[in-house]
Amino acid sequence: MIPDVPAAGPDAYPLLRAVDLRVEVPVDGILRPAVDGISLTMGRGECLAVVGESGCGKTMLGRALLDLLPEGARRSGSVHLDGHDLSGITDAEWSGIRGRRIALVFQEPGAALDPVRTIGAQIDEALRRGDRGNSGARRRRAASLLAEVAFPDPERGLAEYAHRLSGGQRQRAFLAIALAGDPALLIADEPTASLDATVAADVLDLLDRLRRERGLSLLLITHDLASAARRADRVLVLYAGRIAEEGPARSVLLEPRHPYTRALLACVPRLSDAASLGRRLPAIPGSVPDLAFRPRGVCAFVPRCPDRFAPCDLEEPLLYPAGSSLARCFLFAPSLLPAVADPAR
Amino acid sequence: MTGRELLEARDLRKTYPAGRTGKRVAAVDRVSFRIDTGETVAFVGESGSGKTTIGRLVARLETADAGSIRFDGEDWLALSGEALRRKRRHVQIVFQDPQTSLNPRMRVGDQVAEPLRVQKLVGRRELEDRVAALLREVGLDPAASARFPSEFSGGQRQRIAIARALATRPRLLVCDEPVSALDASVAAQIINLLLDLQRDLGLAYLFISHDLPLVSRVADRVAVLYLGRIVEEGPAATLIARPLHPYTAALISSVPGHGPGEPAARIALAGEPGRGTAENPGCDFAPRCPIARPRCRVEVPPLAKIFPGSRAACFYPGELRVPTL
Repeated sequence: MIPDVPAAGPDAYPLLRAVDLRVEVPVDGILRPAVDGISLTMGRGECLAVVGESGCGKTMLGRALLDLLPEGARRSGSVHLDGHDLSGITDAEWSGIRGRRIALVFQEPGAALDPVRTIGAQIDEALRRGDRGNSGARRRRAASLLAEVAFPDPERGLAEYAHRLSGGQRQRAFLAIALAGDPALLIADEPTASLDATVAADVLDLLDRLRRERGLSLLLITHDLASAARRADRVLVLYAGRIAEEGPARSVLLEPRHPYTRALLACVPRLSDAASLGRRLPAIPGSVPDLAFRPRGVCAFVPRCPDRFAPCDLEEPLLYPAGSSLARCFLFAPSLLPAVADPAR
Repeated sequence: MTGRELLEARDLRKTYPAGRTGKRVAAVDRVSFRIDTGETVAFVGESGSGKTTIGRLVARLETADAGSIRFDGEDWLALSGEALRRKRRHVQIVFQDPQTSLNPRMRVGDQVAEPLRVQKLVGRRELEDRVAALLREVGLDPAASARFPSEFSGGQRQRIAIARALATRPRLLVCDEPVSALDASVAAQIINLLLDLQRDLGLAYLFISHDLPLVSRVADRVAVLYLGRIVEEGPAATLIARPLHPYTAALISSVPGHGPGEPAARIALAGEPGRGTAENPGCDFAPRCPIARPRCRVEVPPLAKIFPGSRAACFYPGELRVPTL
């Protein structure tokens, strides 16, 4: 069911491929699937956006790709990097991947940066892990990394401490550290959620540029479907630990198929709404179900779905082709298609 | 719906010490505005713009250094002691994060009842009925009364906070980023609740937000703040269709659009906000402004009426246009 993504490079394998990834986390002593059978493929230089509300499993998915899971969590399924299976590799092998092949940036760079060491020392540490030259060469490299992320006055930036920087500068400094290992894939988990709109747009532009200039692949984890879809090549919309819809970014944004994707786009106010001043928003009733109270064996969105019909309460839908996307919804199940009157779907 | 003047603020100013320098920085500077009964006035801006401080000044949680507020014909900032306690019921506040604004160790019913008890508005017998009615009003089961905040989702907790704020039947509700900690689908429910309550109770809102599209949906008028000052103010639809201040244009352009009339490209700003200094006596926005001229670096543009109902603090209002789809 995973669409074929042509690898951007000459290599025979996609950069990253995850198959039937599942992460179970303990909730009151019972293991519950936070990530529930997600498969994805990423090509070189590609930007894949993983979009969803809290509790959909998007952060856990990013962590699972790096095997950075909370205490007591259990992972199954496989992750392949450049065609190599990462299941069962040693901790030493992981440390050659984390920060080197795959780097991670978070929402709160303030919490991720070391408060008592300079930005320069933290970039240097990352460069030393990669054995990148003598101290003079590393210093020049560190300054050029800060310049690459458009940090104002890179030379001075090396001597700065995190607490003296603005939120946007902290995120840039953190990106410079992430880039020190020369990764092929950057996993960015809500990289702009704590930033002001104008600064957030700057950081997203920077990520776009790094992708172009370095051929970096970007896994962008976010709650903001509209802004992600403008920058990504493809979008995965998650709901309750599963893929609800996936497809080319433009299709998901302009022709959303799954009732959840459509509702999610509709309930967010838009600038062009100014004429609808004071009119209620088309809200989705209820909220994302808690891990412990997820409907099993039926569609997880059923309690909130405006389009539910007979089969939804009987079994779980698969991902069916829907236009140029895939949607986990019986509206698109080939065997049921004649029963659905609306051909526009 | 909207009617006569409920609140008028004039030249509000609030300063805080700037680090260890001994200097003071103005979080809010010469801010004037008016809110009519049943009206929503929104303050929009980024961090450090002073929007939260304005809400706290109006709710009397902070004391202004200068300026005046008239509420319902009275000198609102002069009220103190018993008179303030009695009048306070008319202005309530809802915060961004119900996680921190609710007491985790107090039952929901007691928290909703607290303002009624403090204000001695209802007898003990009636209290339970009033709490149940308030919970129903915000879309919760009155049985919620006996439970603790931790047993509720983020959206439900915000409903509880709203019920508590409504307990004293205020005329003005300060909503400080009321949905920015919530998921999109839940945020829409809370916005709808606020719209319904306004219609049913004739409430006025001072709505504080960084979210321009949301504000354009809920607010009659919008004031855009930059470093503690209003740089533009006007009816929401006009302000978005025809921004007068270049900062407003840049804010609008940073909202990703995908439909007709929505921003097509972003107006990028240089650097980050920085206040004027002795060497830079001009417009605070000039260092980042794409259309700044020499005059802007030496002179502060006053907030002036550009056309009826719209004010802007810019020597070249309306010059910077947002490219649209």
